[in-house]
Amino acid sequence: MRTELAPQGFELLSVAMDSAGADAARPFGEGFDFPVVVDSGHLLGELFGVINVPSGIWVDEDGVVVRPPETAYPARPAPSKIDLDDPTVQAKLGEAAIARLRVVIPELAKMQIDPDSYVDALRDWVTHGAASRFALSADEVLERSRPRPPEQAQAAAAFALGEHLHRSGRSAAAVRWFRESHRLQPDNWTYRRQAWTLVDPKQGPTEQYDSDWLTDVLREGAENYYEPLEMEPRL
Amino acid sequence: MITDTLQVPVDVLSRETGWRVKPVGACRDDVCVPLPEATLTDDLVDLPSFADRLGMPLLHDDEHGLWSLGPQSGGKAMTTVQAPDLVLPTLSGEPFALSSLRGRKVLIVSWASW
Repeated sequence: MRTELAPQGFELLSVAMDSAGADAARPFGEGFDFPVVVDSGHLLGELFGVINVPSGIWVDEDGVVVRPPETAYPARPAPSKIDLDDPTVQAKLGEAAIARLRVVIPELAKMQIDPDSYVDALRDWVTHGAASRFALSADEVLERSRPRPPEQAQAAAAFALGEHLHRSGRSAAAVRWFRESHRLQPDNWTYRRQAWTLVDPKQGPTEQYDSDWLTDVLREGAENYYEPLEMEPRL
Repeated sequence: MITDTLQVPVDVLSRETGWRVKPVGACRDDVCVPLPEATLTDDLVDLPSFADRLGMPLLHDDEHGLWSLGPQSGGKAMTTVQAPDLVLPTLSGEPFALSSLRGRKVLIVSWASW
């Protein structure tokens, strides 16, 4: 997509929201033509209100945001090809992992994404610029931007403390502040998943946190995991 | 921003938050907010006074002697459509500025290894 659109004056800025830094992001972010940067402090959350990945933000030639963060899948992920009933697979993964996947895979399928509409709109904007109906007015960008009540501003400050402590080698002390960010902004998936990952890469239950990825997905409903895309302008 | 002192140099605060504190008040882009006189002394900004006036949270980690100044609250996550001066390191550690892409349409995409 980037290769197709680049000749029309388009660039992709790929931002890895990884508090574990470049080493964590490198295996997934190397070897591309477009810039890939590391956002260890989740600045995209503080500055734009990003609460989940992947989120896309459109910025025009003058540095003006014409679409605030929204779910940005470039393509539909390939369905899982793992055969959970295959004895070889079962032997390799183990009983616990198989049981977990039996729950996870159907939940992933329930998540609401719409890559086709998103990519069509992106192409339209790259071709037509400000004349594209998908380039939103300043009023609509600000209207759509997530509200920031005091608790969410505090959540950003708490996450920043956790990230700072973690990065400076005080991971145990970071947990208190990550937990505080989760309490203050419970709908923020990047704060939760980041903190869980630093303790357990599988984001499963741990002593440090009261919640984990699968428990929260089941409780909140996988169909609510991504906010529905609303590509057409409201105004 | 994270700090171990509540008296922060003007240039540090400006670099970290985009707000430049002057005798007239705190200014960012074309917005200026008046500040109590005692907020600025000898190029040092009194953080509690600044944070209170701008509606920013200031959290304190007693044990580690740290404070964290959060973003402005009360409105939207984005207070202007002008993209902020986002500068982040590339995978090899060099700073990369969003502003270096001016003149092109940019799709910022967030992802993560986790």
